[in-house]
Amino acid sequence: MPVERLEGVRTGRTPEEIEEEIQRGVLTTTLDRAVGWARKQSMWPATFGLACCAIEMISTGAGQYDLARWGMELFRASPRQADLLIVSGRVSQKMAPALRRVYDQMPDPKWVISMGVCASAGGMFTNYAVVQGVDTIVPVDVYVPGCPPKPEMLMYGILKLQERVRTTEPFK
Amino acid sequence: MAAPEMAAARDDLAEVPEFRDPATGELRQETMIINMGPQHPSTHGVLRLVVELDGETVIRCSPVIGYLHTGIEKNCEYRTWTQGITYVTRADYLSPFFNELAYCLGVERLLGIEAPERARLIRVLVCELNRVASHLVWLATGGLELGAVSMALYGFREREIILDVFEAITGLRMNHAYIRIGGVLMDLPDEGPRKIRDLLRVIPRRIDEYETILDENPIWRERNEGIGVLSAEQALAFGVTGPLLRASGVAADLRKDMPYCGYETFEFDVPVRTEGDAYARYLIRIAEMRESLRIAEQAIDRLDGTPGPVMVDDPKVGWPPKLSVGPDGIGNDPAYLRHIMEESMEALIHHFKMVTQGAQVPAGEVFSAVESPRGELGYLLVSDGGNRPYRVKIRDPSFVNLQALPTAVEGYLIADLIAAIASFDPVMGGVDR
Amino acid sequence: MNADELAARIREHAPDVLAARGEVTAIVERHDLIDTLEWLHDQPDLAFDLLSSITATHWPGADPAFWVDYELRSMSLRHRARVKVGLRGGDERTPSVVGLYPTANWHERETFDFYGIVFEGHPDLTRILLPDDWDGHPLRKDEPLGGVPTWFRGATMPPIDERGMA
Repeated sequence: MPVERLEGVRTGRTPEEIEEEIQRGVLTTTLDRAVGWARKQSMWPATFGLACCAIEMISTGAGQYDLARWGMELFRASPRQADLLIVSGRVSQKMAPALRRVYDQMPDPKWVISMGVCASAGGMFTNYAVVQGVDTIVPVDVYVPGCPPKPEMLMYGILKLQERVRTTEPFK
Repeated sequence: MAAPEMAAARDDLAEVPEFRDPATGELRQETMIINMGPQHPSTHGVLRLVVELDGETVIRCSPVIGYLHTGIEKNCEYRTWTQGITYVTRADYLSPFFNELAYCLGVERLLGIEAPERARLIRVLVCELNRVASHLVWLATGGLELGAVSMALYGFREREIILDVFEAITGLRMNHAYIRIGGVLMDLPDEGPRKIRDLLRVIPRRIDEYETILDENPIWRERNEGIGVLSAEQALAFGVTGPLLRASGVAADLRKDMPYCGYETFEFDVPVRTEGDAYARYLIRIAEMRESLRIAEQAIDRLDGTPGPVMVDDPKVGWPPKLSVGPDGIGNDPAYLRHIMEESMEALIHHFKMVTQGAQVPAGEVFSAVESPRGELGYLLVSDGGNRPYRVKIRDPSFVNLQALPTAVEGYLIADLIAAIASFDPVMGGVDR
Repeated sequence: MNADELAARIREHAPDVLAARGEVTAIVERHDLIDTLEWLHDQPDLAFDLLSSITATHWPGADPAFWVDYELRSMSLRHRARVKVGLRGGDERTPSVVGLYPTANWHERETFDFYGIVFEGHPDLTRILLPDDWDGHPLRKDEPLGGVPTWFRGATMPPIDERGMA
């Protein structure tokens, strides 16, 4: 679509700079695509199952709803080896510092899925004991509602996250 | 390195002055205190153990709990009696039906009513299937922790069959809120009995497979025999109930001792062993799975010959909506909807009042207990005469059983600690509530 | 024994016994608590060898304001009973029964954690379920539920205890 350049308005880049940026973009787009694909293909979740949602998460990793289809069957116990934190279950006030510590120990790039309503917003437990949404502690990428979400729902959330990871530019 | 060089290296190490006690000149030895959890792959959920080790031997073990404390008991005081069911069902989340059953039995005792016969049979049926599902999760996670990874996949494979049945009956895979005050929420669907009979045909054969894999497996036996031993006196002193107590030789099962919900009319055995170790608990749980399937078979056979309502007839108590599982989930029965929306204003008002305010439960106090897969699950319900509980206290078996953990693991190795915890089968949702 | 026979038998030692809904409740004063529990444990036709649960209820404005509740079960004779102790006069202390029933350890810690009732003689009366530095005892009736308002698009709904619904 032709772009009209208005007289007297500067975009801040010279034609030579634009040309160079286009050329660089071709190279980095391919690299971006490759890195994005690789990252989403083998995300390793950290074992952070807390309550009922954890059982559904294990079911998602088990035989019937196989997470290995997307390279995620390897749940790493050490957060230093993981890049996805699926907070599955209610986070109590006592557990909140531990959650933050585990998140901090994960190396970049890392993503967080908040699984279930208890992790997303406190769920039905609007009281003194439960943190009303883990996004008050860690930045969340995908919220998966449900109490507990069926494995298909969690898989949908994971696929949405993978789409995002694939299309995010890693080198900025 | 050859042996003399290694010995020389060790002598060199011994020459490091920090490693020698200044007073006696002996090599210093210290115990090590390590922290396991709350995020740890080998503890069932968020259990934290502070363990004092001498080398690999556990000298002392101190469980720290509360990492899943949800305030369920306080929250129930601000919700109606029926809403309380949805809270308590998430306490011990691997046996939701037992939570609901104990709670509803308590409320029914306060109200002085009894659920109809068909509802009682359905309750027994779903509870026993839940027992099998819970033991399968124990087997799966216990096997995974000890290295029998294929058991994890098999356990969850079988559990999917049972969850499929639960979804057909209640609409949900977990945390069902199906057992209600006065009965159950809705009757079995049409394909329910057929699905349950298929399940009853398939799962016993799979349990045979597990026994073939694990019973005489030398690794399984070595890791479980003689581990986590509790004597009968220790178990009783710590208030331990359930498979742990039966593994230590005390034949106590609430379904036989103080029957509820019609269990006295069913034929089943209660397996008991005397060794008190993790292997005995394993054998007992496998046997319990078989017995539960036996009870489920009797229940489904009797259900065929027991038509009738599944909710008590009392208008002040019975949950008014008639629900059924439709193509897109649970929905109101169309005939009932037409009745309240078009035909009868009183029915609409009654529906509204019952759903928003719930039943008024007479003042009093009851303690109702059931035999959950982990032991005696009890509910102390205190009512002040209103439509909200005054106090709901959950006596969770895992909370009490975990008290006995230090006694069972002190003196063993760390690897045995893992096996012992696996055999205790704690569910932290129940422990912390 | 059924509830009435059990109640009659227990009345021989503790006079204030109630039988209702098939359950037996003995109400004792705190200085008689250990004695009563020992008697219930030792009588061969009662044999209450398992302490199922200890909890408390809070009745603000009434005296006693706290009732501590002990659920007993006999494994061999297959019956249950309850012992209740009222904490009168604002004195929130009661003797610990850990010496008699070791299972009481965590139950008493939980009751202390939730209500602030001090069990004298307990080896390690610390918080068990709430964080160690928590302020207050949440299950008391004068403590709030502690929820946050629910946000919708353009409106909020107050937490449950402030909604003013019956």
